[in-house]
Amino acid sequence: METEVKDQIVSIEKPEISAPPNWEPVIMGILCNWCSYAGSDLTGTSRIQYPPNIRIIRVPCSSRVDPWFLIKSLQTTADGVLVSGCHPGDCHYISGNYYARRRFLVTKKLLNFVGFHENRIQFSWVSAAEGPKFAKVVAKVTEEIKRLGPLHLYKKENFEK
Amino acid sequence: MARVGVFVCFCGANIADFVDVPKVVEETKKIKEVKYCIEYKYMCSDPGQGMIRNAIVENRLTSVVVAACSPRMHEKTFRKALSDAGMNPYLLEVANIREHSSWVHQKEKKAATEKASDLIRMAVAKSIANEQLHEISVPVTKRALVIGGGIAGIQAALDIADARIPVTLVERSPSIGGRMAQLDETFPTLDCSQCILTPKMVDVASHPYIELIPYSEVLELDGYVGNYKVKIKKKASYVDFSTCTGCGACTQKCPVKIPNEFNMNIDKRKAIYSPFPQAVPNKPVIDAEHCTMLLKGKCGICAKVCEKGSINFKMVDEVIEREIGAVVVATGYDLWDPKPYEEYGVGRFKDVITSLEFERMVSASGPTNGVPVRPSDGKVPKNVVFIKCIGSRDEAKGIEYCSKICCMYTAKHAILLHHKVHDSHAYIFYMDIRAAGKGYEEFVKRAQTETAATYLRGRVSKIYKKGEKLIVRGEDAQIGQVVEVEADLVVLATAIIPYKTNPELARLLGISYDKYGYLSEAHPKLRPVETAKAGIFLAGCTQAPKDIPDTVAQASACAAKVCGLFAGDTMKKDPMISKVNIEYCSGCQNCVKVCPYQAIVTEEVPFGHGVKEMRTVAKINEGVCQGCGSCVAICRSMAINLAGFTDPQIINEIVSI
Repeated sequence: METEVKDQIVSIEKPEISAPPNWEPVIMGILCNWCSYAGSDLTGTSRIQYPPNIRIIRVPCSSRVDPWFLIKSLQTTADGVLVSGCHPGDCHYISGNYYARRRFLVTKKLLNFVGFHENRIQFSWVSAAEGPKFAKVVAKVTEEIKRLGPLHLYKKENFEK
Repeated sequence: MARVGVFVCFCGANIADFVDVPKVVEETKKIKEVKYCIEYKYMCSDPGQGMIRNAIVENRLTSVVVAACSPRMHEKTFRKALSDAGMNPYLLEVANIREHSSWVHQKEKKAATEKASDLIRMAVAKSIANEQLHEISVPVTKRALVIGGGIAGIQAALDIADARIPVTLVERSPSIGGRMAQLDETFPTLDCSQCILTPKMVDVASHPYIELIPYSEVLELDGYVGNYKVKIKKKASYVDFSTCTGCGACTQKCPVKIPNEFNMNIDKRKAIYSPFPQAVPNKPVIDAEHCTMLLKGKCGICAKVCEKGSINFKMVDEVIEREIGAVVVATGYDLWDPKPYEEYGVGRFKDVITSLEFERMVSASGPTNGVPVRPSDGKVPKNVVFIKCIGSRDEAKGIEYCSKICCMYTAKHAILLHHKVHDSHAYIFYMDIRAAGKGYEEFVKRAQTETAATYLRGRVSKIYKKGEKLIVRGEDAQIGQVVEVEADLVVLATAIIPYKTNPELARLLGISYDKYGYLSEAHPKLRPVETAKAGIFLAGCTQAPKDIPDTVAQASACAAKVCGLFAGDTMKKDPMISKVNIEYCSGCQNCVKVCPYQAIVTEEVPFGHGVKEMRTVAKINEGVCQGCGSCVAICRSMAINLAGFTDPQIINEIVSI
């Protein structure tokens, strides 16, 4: 039953979305202060270049990220969301990233259920020392979101028109 | 209506070269809440901060956005500028347009400019929802708890007490002194360990600001920095310390003999014992596991010979509670058991011993009165082979790390052997000589020249018996040949490992430990004595292997940290912590479950509206909360919010671009 529903719904994301020319996705990056935000700062200080599509929001810990933020981002401004926290075991707040990981898996299922492609939200572990990794993650996520195409067709205002 | 001021920094050329700053300012001015927007070369400079201060006053700003480098860099600087202008410092937001835009999009000026504008728009949107926050003051109980009475604990306790702060020192064994009390002489100066340690031990016992609780363990720690409550189990000693004079008659007459752990089981001690002659406190305790009176109800000789009547077989364990503000953990180290080295005959050959056993033998107060002997026949050994890195740097059998002190104490043992047995010869098998430290390299040279110890670079493959002798077969890698040494005694420099109860203690204290069991410091370089839990500090080998000078330095560092913590009557704390709106709280207690710091408790409040019944709601302990926000995301009723990162702030950021 579950798989049936899933299969039906995932198909919503697939059809005739054609990206307008020169379309660039907007990706919301929600990063924890202690590891990933510091890592993204290191990417900057190391002058490692990555695609300019990401807009970064700082939160104290990945466990602060409410699924609401992800859904709201997709509903309003973003075509994809990246959440990044400390590596498992390295959480500044002892166990916060484990909660984030669980919540994230559930959120993916929810996304599937409501008809978004689950890859529109991405999760990664980036430590404060992994500047190059952050750039790679952003490049990969940007590429993936580009492949999935624009999400604005599903935005509220488009439904209302 | 919000009145936001935006200050865009060029950061010299760092931002201006890759982001079109005038364009960004132009875009920013279009936001209707922005009442003031200006660019400047260096916002963090004094004139830059002056601009912010003036603009706040002149334009009656309600919040400020600085678009510059990472908030991790200059957030504090700009917050201070806000305070100086009489504005609440938490009304500041920093848009990170350097690390997150100009530096990472150096080839795409247009995109970087757009992104910078977006980041500023997000920061403006967030700042509109910012609230005035005030630093939290937490009262402090000015008493420190020191766990462990080795040299680390002794030094920390003395330094804290000298600052006139009361200290409770908890020691698990009957006497303080720890491992250092077992040592004979110490590298690199060869001063006698007891001579430098025992005066400090006596100082601890007589210090008016130190409460010494020997033969006890920490059971429970509750509370938070500045306001901990500790429960200490004082094990029954069966001797009333208040009347005991320490005459020792009981120890002499006790008929039970058991291996003496202080002397590495080389000789025997009694069931009522004081671990060593200079023990502090110098009062005996009864070992309940071996005393025949306590086990079988027969004997009681000690009670008969005690003139003061200090023996009380009915004594029970006692739980002592203390209110403390900070904890120094100094539980020390243990020695790795070399059993996996079967090819060295560990356990089979009596004359293969560990370095601490050798240390006890060469100690003047040790079981053999300072003369090393062969455990098998009591003869004085002539040829002694020392093997280093037993367990250390051995991923296959032992542990990966270097125990740090073995190179030095083995050199010391070679010298001591020469001092005690003049016609002896020391052979040392080593992997590397790690002698980094003041006077250390010179000390090793001294062992090699003055003592003429033979240093052989290579591992020992096998030890076998030939008559009375032990044949040590190993490789001398420098000549590329197998060598065999006829030895009378073999000493294994075993690795040091954390004390076995460290993981248990770490859980009890709520701090973390590494895969070996060493307690983890908050930062390996910049916060080496703090733990991730505020108010708990680490000293000595409980954190990593170290020698005595490093241990003492770390203990004094802990004392400085404790004194700093207790400098005022209250502590200041970052106000970015969670708050519960009890109007919304349904009492589901999910937040209680996810809080990593046990900072959330429940309380009963009246329903209100004239209803007398009580309902349960969550309550955050401001002193404990560290502001991670786990509880906010789990709250179904949206009753909790994290100051500085509230839902309206983050949602504003999301919807603003």
